[in-house]
Amino acid sequence: MAILVLEDGRTFHGETYGAEGETYGEAVFNTGMTGYQETLTDPSYHRQVVVMTAPHIGNTGVNDEDPESTRIWVAGYVVRDPARRASNWRSRRSLDDELRAQGVVGISGIDTRALTRHLRDRGAMRCGISTTETDPEALLARVLEQPQMKGADLAGEVSTKDAYVVPAQNLAPGEKPFVVAAVDLGIKGMTPALMAQRGIEVHVLPSTASIDDVLAVGPDGVFFSNGPGDPATADVTTLQAVLERGIPYFGICFGNQLFGRALGFGTYKLTYGHRGINQPVMDRTTGKVEVTAHNHGFAVDAPLDKASETPYGSATVSHVCLNDDVVEGLELRSADGTLKAFSVQYHPEAAAGPHDAAYLFDRFIDLMAGSAEGANA
Amino acid sequence: MPKRDDIKSVLVIGSGPIIIGQACEFDYSGTQACRVLKDEGLRVVLVNSNPATIMTDPEFADATYIEPITPEFVEKVIEREAANGHPIDAVLPTLGGQTALNAAIALHENGVLEKYGVEMIGASFDAIHRGENRELFNAIVNKVGGEVARSFVCHTLDDCEKAAGELGFPVVVRPSFTMGGTGSGIAYDAEDLTRIAGAGLDASPTTEVLIEESIIGWKEYELEVMRDKADNVVIICSIENFDPMGVHTGDSITVAPAMTLTDREYQHLRDLAIAIIREVGVDTGGCNIQYAVNPVDGRVIVIEMNPRVSRSSALASKATGFPIAKIAAKVAIGYTLDEIPNDITEETPASFEPSLDYVVVKVPRFAFEKFPGADPRLTTHMKSVGEAMAIGRNFTEALQKALRSLEDKKAPFDWHKEIVELDKTALLEEIAVPHDGRLRKVMDAIRAEATPEEIFDATGIDPWFVDQLMLINETAQELIEAEELTPALLRNAKRHGFSDVQIGKIRGMTPDVVRGVRHALGIRPVYKTVDTCAAEFAAKTPYHYSSYDEETEVAPREKPAVIILGSGPNRIGQGIEFDYSCVHASLALSAAGYETVMVNCNPETVSTDYDTSDRLYFEPLTLEDVLEIAHAEEQAGPVAGVICQLGGQTPLGLAQGLKDNGVTIVGTSPEAIHLAEERGAFGRVLAEARLVAPQHGMATSFEEAREIADRIGYPVLVRPSYVLGGRGMEIVYDEDSLSGYISRATEVTPEHPVLVDRFIDDAVEIDVDALYDGEELFLGGVMEHIEEAGIHSGDSSCALPPITLGDAEIQRIREATLAIAKGVGVRGLINIQFALGSDVLYVLEANPRASRTVPFVSKATGTPLAKACARVMMGTTIAELRKDGVLPAEGDGGSLPPDQPIAVKEAVMPFNRFRTPDGRQVDTVLGPEMKSTGEVMGLDADFGTAFAKAQAGAFGPLPTSGKVFVSMANRDKRHMIFPIKVLADHGFEILATKGTAEVLRRNGVAATVVRKHFEGEGPAGEKTTVQLILDGEIDLVINTPHGATSGGSARLDGYEIRTAAVRANIPCITTVQGLGAAVHGIEAMHRGDVGVKPLQEWAPR
Repeated sequence: MAILVLEDGRTFHGETYGAEGETYGEAVFNTGMTGYQETLTDPSYHRQVVVMTAPHIGNTGVNDEDPESTRIWVAGYVVRDPARRASNWRSRRSLDDELRAQGVVGISGIDTRALTRHLRDRGAMRCGISTTETDPEALLARVLEQPQMKGADLAGEVSTKDAYVVPAQNLAPGEKPFVVAAVDLGIKGMTPALMAQRGIEVHVLPSTASIDDVLAVGPDGVFFSNGPGDPATADVTTLQAVLERGIPYFGICFGNQLFGRALGFGTYKLTYGHRGINQPVMDRTTGKVEVTAHNHGFAVDAPLDKASETPYGSATVSHVCLNDDVVEGLELRSADGTLKAFSVQYHPEAAAGPHDAAYLFDRFIDLMAGSAEGANA
Repeated sequence: MPKRDDIKSVLVIGSGPIIIGQACEFDYSGTQACRVLKDEGLRVVLVNSNPATIMTDPEFADATYIEPITPEFVEKVIEREAANGHPIDAVLPTLGGQTALNAAIALHENGVLEKYGVEMIGASFDAIHRGENRELFNAIVNKVGGEVARSFVCHTLDDCEKAAGELGFPVVVRPSFTMGGTGSGIAYDAEDLTRIAGAGLDASPTTEVLIEESIIGWKEYELEVMRDKADNVVIICSIENFDPMGVHTGDSITVAPAMTLTDREYQHLRDLAIAIIREVGVDTGGCNIQYAVNPVDGRVIVIEMNPRVSRSSALASKATGFPIAKIAAKVAIGYTLDEIPNDITEETPASFEPSLDYVVVKVPRFAFEKFPGADPRLTTHMKSVGEAMAIGRNFTEALQKALRSLEDKKAPFDWHKEIVELDKTALLEEIAVPHDGRLRKVMDAIRAEATPEEIFDATGIDPWFVDQLMLINETAQELIEAEELTPALLRNAKRHGFSDVQIGKIRGMTPDVVRGVRHALGIRPVYKTVDTCAAEFAAKTPYHYSSYDEETEVAPREKPAVIILGSGPNRIGQGIEFDYSCVHASLALSAAGYETVMVNCNPETVSTDYDTSDRLYFEPLTLEDVLEIAHAEEQAGPVAGVICQLGGQTPLGLAQGLKDNGVTIVGTSPEAIHLAEERGAFGRVLAEARLVAPQHGMATSFEEAREIADRIGYPVLVRPSYVLGGRGMEIVYDEDSLSGYISRATEVTPEHPVLVDRFIDDAVEIDVDALYDGEELFLGGVMEHIEEAGIHSGDSSCALPPITLGDAEIQRIREATLAIAKGVGVRGLINIQFALGSDVLYVLEANPRASRTVPFVSKATGTPLAKACARVMMGTTIAELRKDGVLPAEGDGGSLPPDQPIAVKEAVMPFNRFRTPDGRQVDTVLGPEMKSTGEVMGLDADFGTAFAKAQAGAFGPLPTSGKVFVSMANRDKRHMIFPIKVLADHGFEILATKGTAEVLRRNGVAATVVRKHFEGEGPAGEKTTVQLILDGEIDLVINTPHGATSGGSARLDGYEIRTAAVRANIPCITTVQGLGAAVHGIEAMHRGDVGVKPLQEWAPR
């Protein structure tokens, strides 16, 4: 038996799923129907209790290829009907075992739709799951002692401690790879993998990287990754230094929020965020709609209808979510209209999710190539 | 990019009669399309020969042509519209199944579209061609990095044999350009190959089949894809087949969303789908793509795509709440997906991919019992006649709900049988071959302790699904073993979809007691919402399903609700016609100020569209499920009552149980229903009204049956004591056949007696639909059957107004109908079948409900009978409806004006779908047991032309030249001379049996004598009639059945001829009236003046 208590007191009774114990975090829901393994291992879910809206979870077990990082990051896991038996040719073990092995406390058998509707209407909020506590009031008291997500500085908790390199692939003989300094704020494994596939040598740096650390790798471009926490807490001086130097920049998710803040925009917390793999985003530069993977509770506050002049150039909103007009991407151009830097709030690396936005990695290469040409000229 | 402004008038092509593989899903999609296009201010021109559809209601199009969907007739429509100043700009052929697509392709190829400047929208000719042509499609798949099964395109049997040699048996045979897998199959050896590939070459309009490597047993998936002109592509739904490759997806249990794919695997299928739809070039519409995935290593094979809206699209629309046909129509006229709002959330656009927080299971419904001798094995050739869908919060709940939705006693799991009776080895062998009922045997094998591995090895059913079945079995075992039925046990069983009936059987309690216990414990379902987005956004549309979960989402309401019970899965005898009546009731009552609540479980229908009624419950039609909905709605606000009269026998059968549990039934009371249905009670009603039924008796043994038959005289009509679509009925001519019938009808006991009726030979059969409000009778229509009495009314063609009945006869029918309606106590519709023989009017049967012919009558007379019925049931009088303009101010369907057009209904049979296990055609003899799946209507000023149109719509056009075979009963010979002479004068060559030929010769008509079937082939190899027909040497068959007095063999010979005609797909005329009609039709065709005219002009109201 397990209980889940939300900070407003609503309580759900269910079964133990995964490890025994007690856990707290921000309750958020994810509407993806596939990709639980990628979701669980996405560092952006650090300190969050993830509610899966898809009722059957664990059907394909756990394999060794699909994790996005070295561990499960979610603080707790909420599902309706966990698989009793995994079935997939790549499966190595059951999800239940994996959760237990990694000490992740979960709950199953509750009305996940009721919980989701509650979070939708009242916003993401703190919660606790316990398999040891039977008194919801006692658990509620402990939930209320937990820190809020607003104001949380978490990148340092998920970032790599040491820099490492993901070597470039698919290079023609003698071809020189692009070098990218990728600041890990909670990076997913697929991001450097997709860059490497496109001939980029990726130097993954800790979240604390200074401009000197970045410059030390001799980058053609700089990348800031996704990650957990409130972007308002982050230091954007390194990113501003990159922009000052005109080094091509690409950011994803947290990297989009930091780009926004570096450009002088604010960020704010969404009521319940975007977490799923079916979100329609329009690329306003082409008018095309992409179906994209999202995982963000915060967003950039930038004007949709006009460009904003910044110390680094002219900034515009390049992508919007068609569901709610939330800013999903930013672009920085020089006075002559040349693209200098860009970022998206969603996940072109997918994993899990559709591959519609993978072209953005190519756009990054074009940006670096254009910049290299410009330098040569 | 908004709507195109160069399209003002659009031609929508429907799918014609309901056949296996093409059912009412295309009424659903066509209706959606017509609505959308009309709302956009376009002129909508519709062609569809099927009168039972909602889309052919005059208000759904500006010009509704109920005409045959042949290139000739569609061209006439295009021509007429242009001539009348409304030139058609575009044709939308992607929403009417393969029929519409094929008609459009033919019109493109013969240059008609170009001639009239008509553009194909939805999918271009080239895209359709690339999607459907195997070689082009395979090349596309390879180009985008996908794999197809290794295969060879063959045009001859020799090619096929060579291909099989290369690939090794088994091989799959797939003919090109056929629907529902017609002609396809799996060949395990050379003999199979000759048979299947031979038929496939015949079935393919391009004489082309594909011989392909076998991927039987692989996992099977489908994706529904939509693309707009800006190249935005979304995947609407993934569907996983529970039955692996080898069973047609229409015959498989299917599940949405896919249950056993990782994200990487799913995204790979998604990437392929997008690349393929781009390359094929479907740029303004939807399509579906099918895949096979090897469970061992994940290898993916692309099987095929449909460059149009399909049966799966209807399922996907209902499963996700994303209205595929509606969006496809909008995209076809130029909108992009981001410009189209999502109706359900109202705030978000259609350019997204639905997310499901529930599981959808679809199960097929078969009709093998209708076709004795048919091979029950399931193959790549679709055989199911309908389907039920259920939604649950988990797979077990959805599956068990789906199984009880089928309304087939053998479908739901049953733990009644003792385990000791189950033989694991035998069961594993049986389940290795897919067949109707396999799932129950898989469960039995699990009970017999087969391991998941053994089940998987035998069936290829994914181990995750097998485990879910084991979970259901374990839940049942807990119920069996528990000392008492605790709340926790009960709650858990309900959570896995167990019905009160199932639980009661296991615990030795009646369902009523289980329900009582459950209610006492407060264990009731909640109702969740299908919202396209897994609750991410609030749903504005109350599209509900039940689940044993915590929180209900039924909103309170003020207006009184009327709950309308639908008809469940399509089956022979209960199909789209009943859905039509339910939809009409909903529209009428909504307009009259009620909140309409639809309950149905058939995903193919218009009634289960979320915007047909104010509220939709996608739920099984069982007493338990309906009582819970009634309860939920009573909690939400006032409930005026439940309508059981419009959905056919299914809801009618629930009426008494609902009433017994305190639910208000509106319209005809359950007691009145009983009066009409129970033989003895009905006999008293007739006696009181001084009406006669054919002499009859009830037998509980062969001896009793023989005594009755001796007393009333042969031939007799024998049938079981329950009735639905004439199930199990037969006409027997002698004691031997009677004994044969009794021994075959296994359940002849005092509880299950057999009814023996005098069969009225040589009689005209008449069908009547009428409305009665307790005071006034409104005769909706009097239909005269063209076939002799004895063929099920659903299978016979009929004419309205009746062609040979005079005012006096109609008056007698009116009086009899009134007397019965009054005697039974009808409030609403009643359908009565009469037989008129030797001037005696016999009452054959009365059904106190909307009948199969209601839509036909409504269309033919321009009177919305079902709408009127719904109002009458709620207490409005016929007089008031006349005043309101719902019914005509004066007169009714029995007093039609002289310029009333003649409507002819013709039935369409599914015989080409069924083979015996050794590959022969099943018996096609028609009789009192209904076998048809659908119908068409021919409408014109005179009977002849209307008849010709009905023939063209159902079987193909009547011939205008060639060979005619004539064999007439003696009594008819006198009447045939003139019409046959007319045919001869028009240049037909006349062939006849000996007696008929002699009479013709004596009257100056030259006729060649051919051998009768029972005479066999002649000494010099002269072919018999049947052989000539089968060999395609005859263009028209005229055969009137001989009376029983002239000997059984002649009658049988006639049936053989008719069977052969059906097989050879050539018109066959069986009555003198039909002959006269056909001759009129042929003459009209010779004159070249068979015109087309929309309903709106026939019946200006």
